[in-house]
Amino acid sequence: MVKEIERAGLPVVHMCTIVPISKTVGANRIVPTVAIPHPLGNPNLSKEDEKELRRKLVLKALKALQTPIKDQTVFED
Amino acid sequence: MMKVVHYINQFFGQIGGEEKADITPQLHEGVVGPGMALKNAFKGEADIVATIICGDSYFAEHQEEATKTILDMIKKYNPDVFVAGPAFNAGRYGTACGAVCKAVKEALNIPVVTGMYIENPGVDLYKKDAYIVLTKNSAVGMREAVPKMAKLALKLAKGEPMGSPQEEGYIPRGIRKNYIADERGSKRAVDMLVKKVNGEKFETEFEMPSFDRVAPNPPVKDITKAKIALVTSGGIVPKGNPDRIESSSASKFGKYDIDGVYDLTEATYETAHGGYDPTYANADADRVLPVDVLRDLEKEGKIGSLHRYYYATVGNGTAVASAKKFGAAIAKELIADGVDAVILTST
Repeated sequence: MVKEIERAGLPVVHMCTIVPISKTVGANRIVPTVAIPHPLGNPNLSKEDEKELRRKLVLKALKALQTPIKDQTVFED
Repeated sequence: MMKVVHYINQFFGQIGGEEKADITPQLHEGVVGPGMALKNAFKGEADIVATIICGDSYFAEHQEEATKTILDMIKKYNPDVFVAGPAFNAGRYGTACGAVCKAVKEALNIPVVTGMYIENPGVDLYKKDAYIVLTKNSAVGMREAVPKMAKLALKLAKGEPMGSPQEEGYIPRGIRKNYIADERGSKRAVDMLVKKVNGEKFETEFEMPSFDRVAPNPPVKDITKAKIALVTSGGIVPKGNPDRIESSSASKFGKYDIDGVYDLTEATYETAHGGYDPTYANADADRVLPVDVLRDLEKEGKIGSLHRYYYATVGNGTAVASAKKFGAAIAKELIADGVDAVILTST
């Protein structure tokens, strides 16, 4: 899906936990996430901390969308 | 008698389903689950001395650690061959089987065999590192897969020469072997060409790899004016799953209006995905589809706006052809709606 959206001409960032799979399917902007059943959350944190964690990840995704790249790029910290 | 160590996931290891996908590697003496069929297929020539069971999510999330633990477990048995799976079309399981096989081959120099469906992401990642027997896309294909894997494993354990992928039923590894052909190359090429012209079936002697890569699009110029859309393969749907998106092998995607929605709650949203433990997503679907945070950023002016609709499907054993179709259809609508960029989340 990521690849088809990119092919259609829209910049797209893939937020996922299993980065190798994302690379294989051909995502270009990749932001690694927390865990498979809760990529953008962590149930062990308080509600506030969890939302803060999610906000950081989403901001990272937005940064990825604003970054010019030539090849597949994993946006780590 | 030759010794085999077998790797399986928590499901085939009869420990549990997705709620147990986070278990750490466990060592069991002897046979567990599908190991019984494998052992029978060895017909007394080899025995499964140990079975290692690991949760699919645990492995995917802690690949390095898990691999190290598993290697230590295997070492002391000094097996003649290592078998993983078969994983069919299970993505995390296939990736784990491939990664463990690769590590065993590299670190311990023990031959390795696994089994997967052709669309399993583990195939592309590890086909060069392991013999991967081609299987059906679900455990329905167990009976067919096991004898093939057993045959290959025995051959490798005995150090017998390996036949071609077609003869042995494994996925081509990109290895070329020289052999003396009955006919010279020009004759074989012309024969092939004639067959092709006549529309007959022919077998190429050198399969060209198919690379389908899409170059990255230019970045968003001004994110504070951009309309951002959310798409997910994590199966987040309005409570009750109105479109009845299938929990695996999804045949469709859904489009959902989130006008006026500021937070996905337990009462309003859930996941339809059957490939991960739904507890956390059902309690708070923002953990998969971050609507709450994007609403905040919209209010703060950090993004232009969040698109009024989000799109969702279930990425669980879903055919690549279906995913392609969904992606293209979704992109077309998003462009027509003036969306500037997409965040796609996967579980």
